[in-house]
Amino acid sequence: MRRDPFQAIADPTRRAILVLLVAQSMTPNALAEHFDTTRQAISKHLRILTECELVRPLPQGREIHYSLQVKNMKQIDRWLEQFRRLWEQRFAQLDDVLNTIRRKKS
Amino acid sequence: MSMPRHFVFTVGDDGKTLRVEREFNASRDLVWAAWTTAELLDQWWAPKPYRSITKSMDFRVGGTWLYYMQGPEGDIHWCLNNYTRIEVESEFESLDAFCNEEGVINDKFPRAMWHATFNDEGENTMVTIVTTYDSKEDLETVLKMGMKEGFTAALENLDELLLSMISA
Repeated sequence: MRRDPFQAIADPTRRAILVLLVAQSMTPNALAEHFDTTRQAISKHLRILTECELVRPLPQGREIHYSLQVKNMKQIDRWLEQFRRLWEQRFAQLDDVLNTIRRKKS
Repeated sequence: MSMPRHFVFTVGDDGKTLRVEREFNASRDLVWAAWTTAELLDQWWAPKPYRSITKSMDFRVGGTWLYYMQGPEGDIHWCLNNYTRIEVESEFESLDAFCNEEGVINDKFPRAMWHATFNDEGENTMVTIVTTYDSKEDLETVLKMGMKEGFTAALENLDELLLSMISA
C-alpha cells in the first residue's frame, strides 16, 4: 500500500526519526533509544515511513538498518518550497502596495 | 530601511493545515484594507506574472469575492471566496474554491477554510493565515498544483526581485 508522504511527516515522532536518519542509517533498536516510547511503536512508525517510501529497510546480517530515501524527501521539500515562494512573492507585492498607499497619505 | 521581515511558513502537525505568518511595515487599518478591498487585492493577490481581476466583491458575512487569475499565456482561473466571519480590522474567515465565471463551484478541487488574523506589532502589523483542508490528501493536491500550474517559471525571477528589494 502506497500512503501519501504528508501522512508520514504529519507525526512529530516520525519527523524526529527522519531527522535522525539524515545522519546515518539506523536499526529500530538504536532509534528507539532516542525516544521515550516502545520499540513496537518505533517499528510501527518505520512501517508507515517505509510504505510512504521515505525510508528503506536494508537487512544487514540479522539486523535491519533503515535509511532515508533522499529523493522522495526532496520531492516534499520541493512542493513546500514552491508554495512558500508563491506566498513570498505575493507578500512582496503587498509590501509595494502598502508603501504606495502610505506615500500617498503622507 | 529594509529589515528582514518575520515570515513563517509551516505545515501543521495534522498534515492538513498550512500556517503563514508575515509582518508588514504598515498600520493595521491599512493592512486590513489591503486584504479586504477589491481594488487593493487586485494589485497584489496574484503572484506575478499572473494578474488577479475582481468581478465582484461583497465583503460581509455571507458575501463573496469572485475573481480570476490570468496567466501570461492568457489562461484564466476563476476563484471564489465565501466570507463566513468578520471582526473588522481583527480577523476574518472564508471558504475558498475554484469555480466558473458565474461563481459555480468546481468540486473537483479541494477547498480550504481560511482564518486570517491581524495584530499590532509595534507600528507594524502581523498577519497570520491558517488554511485548513479537509484532509492531508487535499493539502498535498494543492501543494502539487502550486507547482504544476505554471507558477514555477514566474518564480524563477523571484530571487532576482528579492535581491533587488534587499539592496534597495
